[in-house]
Amino acid sequence: MASTTLSETHDWHSEDARRRVRRRHAADRRMRFYGLAAIGVAVGLLAVLLGSLILSGYTAFVQTKVPLQIYVDPAQVKADDVGGGNYRKLVRDAFLELLPVELSRTEQRSYLDMLSSGAPFLLRDRVIADPSLVGQTVTMAAPLADPLDQFHKGVIPRDVPEEQRRVSDQQIGYYDQLVARGLISAPFNWALFTAADSRFPELAGLAGALVGSFYALLVCFLISFPVGIAAAIYLEEFARKNRWSDLIEVNINNLAAVPSVVFGLLGLAVFLGFFGLPRSAPLVGGMVLSLMTLPTIIIATRAALKAVPPSIREAAFGIGASRHQVVLHHVLPLAMPGILTGTIIGLAQALGETAPLLLIGMNAFITSSPGGLTDPATALPTQIFIWADSPERGFVARTSAAILVLIGFLVAMNAIAIFLRQKLERKW
Amino acid sequence: MFELVIAALVTLGALGYLMARQRVTAMAAESRVHSHSLPAYHGMFVALWVGLPAFFLSLVWLLLQDSVIDRLVLASLPEHLTEGLNAAHESLVISEIRSIAGGQVFGDPSPEFVAAAERLKTWGSLAGWAMLATCAAVALIGLLVTRQRIRPEFRARHGVERILDGLMIACAVVAIVTTLGIVVSLLFEAYRFFERVPLGEFLFGLNWEPQIAIRADQVAGHGAFGAVPVFLGTLVIAFIAMAFAVPVGLFAAIYLAEYSGPRFRASVKPVLEILAGIPTVVYGFFAVLTVAPAMRAFGAAVGLDVAPNSALAAGGVMGIMIIPFISSLSDDALNAVPRSLRDGSYALGATKAETIRQVLLPAALPGIMGGVLLALSRAIGETMIVVMAAGLIAKMSVDPLDSVTTVTVQIVTLLIGDTEFDNPKTLAAFALGLVLFLVTLGLNIVALRIVQKYREKYD
Repeated sequence: MASTTLSETHDWHSEDARRRVRRRHAADRRMRFYGLAAIGVAVGLLAVLLGSLILSGYTAFVQTKVPLQIYVDPAQVKADDVGGGNYRKLVRDAFLELLPVELSRTEQRSYLDMLSSGAPFLLRDRVIADPSLVGQTVTMAAPLADPLDQFHKGVIPRDVPEEQRRVSDQQIGYYDQLVARGLISAPFNWALFTAADSRFPELAGLAGALVGSFYALLVCFLISFPVGIAAAIYLEEFARKNRWSDLIEVNINNLAAVPSVVFGLLGLAVFLGFFGLPRSAPLVGGMVLSLMTLPTIIIATRAALKAVPPSIREAAFGIGASRHQVVLHHVLPLAMPGILTGTIIGLAQALGETAPLLLIGMNAFITSSPGGLTDPATALPTQIFIWADSPERGFVARTSAAILVLIGFLVAMNAIAIFLRQKLERKW
Repeated sequence: MFELVIAALVTLGALGYLMARQRVTAMAAESRVHSHSLPAYHGMFVALWVGLPAFFLSLVWLLLQDSVIDRLVLASLPEHLTEGLNAAHESLVISEIRSIAGGQVFGDPSPEFVAAAERLKTWGSLAGWAMLATCAAVALIGLLVTRQRIRPEFRARHGVERILDGLMIACAVVAIVTTLGIVVSLLFEAYRFFERVPLGEFLFGLNWEPQIAIRADQVAGHGAFGAVPVFLGTLVIAFIAMAFAVPVGLFAAIYLAEYSGPRFRASVKPVLEILAGIPTVVYGFFAVLTVAPAMRAFGAAVGLDVAPNSALAAGGVMGIMIIPFISSLSDDALNAVPRSLRDGSYALGATKAETIRQVLLPAALPGIMGGVLLALSRAIGETMIVVMAAGLIAKMSVDPLDSVTTVTVQIVTLLIGDTEFDNPKTLAAFALGLVLFLVTLGLNIVALRIVQKYREKYD
């Protein structure tokens, strides 16, 4: 637009000019549309992600069960050696009684396959916990085997050809008879939270992973919270600005961006290799996670300390407090809500961290909850990884359910952090 | 035992605190002078000297106790059992002795091992009691020595503050120690790897087959550790992720910063942050469960052969994870452009889109570039998505529909399971880790530089 064309003769209402304006406005609308579309894509993908997890995971929150009346025969289970009884036979007999028809040998096998192979262990655990049950009749809701569980929940549809599903027509016949007698039910699956890992998907639960994650986060908190706050106070309130404090700052910022798998390598080489700490232990997991959480806590603490107005410090100095007294008695308490918020967010990140825990071996197959900080354990995200790798159909639902539990914890932690921020943080 | 130590230290510390406080009050009253410090500081001074040295001593003790006892037990075994054992076998022997000591006996352990397990148990409990006794002794010495110094004119507050200073500095130095630990451990193990496989071979070799190196007759360095295909796969997947995330994230940021009203912004920003907060293992499972089968089905429908663990699926899902990084950093960069630039552009009659394209984006470009580089470093270092959704076999392929592997996948697969630090297979993981660390560090430093430089321009 050279200045000569801006003469009075220029017609702003000519068809040509109108077209140009229309085109420019169309370009503006396009830009706005692209922006909205991008946001739509991001939000839509989040919806698809959550939706697909919920769709595949909600079935694992119920478990198909059949009630068994089991007579704990003293002939099979000796009262003085309850651990070594033939529980398999007891459970099988009880399950056979549910079907009032005589079955041939092969029919029997096919029928018995419908019951979870882990059911005898459940009975055994109950009798070991209470040996007085020997000689009595125990009522137990025994889980069905994984294929039947999936069939009952509709994951395996009835109309696929027999050779393409893991439930035979014969078994469906027995299943229908049991359903007709009102014996099949699907109550809430408490075992998902009370049982540890298992090879049988219908028995596998998250208890071990939850305890392992709790221990690891506890260690992580115990290390990173005090160390992080102390480091932040030093850098923000005491350190003179010199080469050393700059070096520490650069280090903290870089540590925050180091890939998590590198922290796993550090844990493997130093904690396991050099110090010889036990493999797969929540103690080591927590130590590695604390190194990753430190930068988050330090950065959040420094921001919270900065937000405390100088008038507080000056007032404290004015009545004769020393530098340490100013910080510890006045600034730090006022910054605490912000520090706690940052800490909870850091711990939430640590809870979802997987790669470093894999490298220090917290992906072992462990069928009991860890009893202490040095026992082998899994954590929630590594349990998800193990189950995601398992071929059985039932583990797909378990994995999704475990993810929903993990996301539930993350949402709860972040909600607490937001609550703290809104209720406790003072605006100056 | 550690609990006992802590309990003993807390008790002794509280005792010292009360004694010192009481002592200084009494002395001040007796000599009719004011104490320099509040009595509580005298108490704190003694309590810190009682508790801290013994506490750190017990930590170091715990860290070293097990490996020292392992060494001792190994040394106490009869010669013919330990002769010529390498590190892997030694740790096997130790874990067997440990499980015997823990009461889990499999099969018929040899009498030497049973005896060693007995020794292990005795020494373990002995070491525990020794730790308790030593710590208590150190604490008592601290109590006695500092008690002598308690006088009204003693500057206890200065003493306490000096100790606190020392503690705070030690905590701040943890960041440096961590970085050093990463660098030293990576360099050390990578050096041992490069002793077996030449550096040039690793950086420029075209053949990556680490698994065969386990075999005894396979000497490493015969082209099995050329990492170029691994680097290439990493770049392919990172490129796919960026190609998806940069436009989506950038346009989302433009809309949020320039077009949307405050209420829309306030409701969409948290949703994008949720995307950033979802653990990566969840994204990995999402890729396996939903995205990869969908892509395969789509590919079959249009007549393309899509690998079940295609780079496209892994990279695409990684892109979803990266969107919030790009959008929030670009949003910050756009918001940092001064109001006056916008106003000037609008005053010339430019539309919003023209202002964005010709004024805001050039002005915000350094910040956006910084964000993109940070996101790229994130993509290269991302582990779980690719471990679950990408391939294991290194191929010289840039086909997004094919399966490729990445640096992080190789690190995890090489180290999962039993790991001993004396074969090239596990050491290779550390060499890859070193490369990964250096590349991401470089990207981060460059990105932070760009962002900082740019910030100064408008401040």
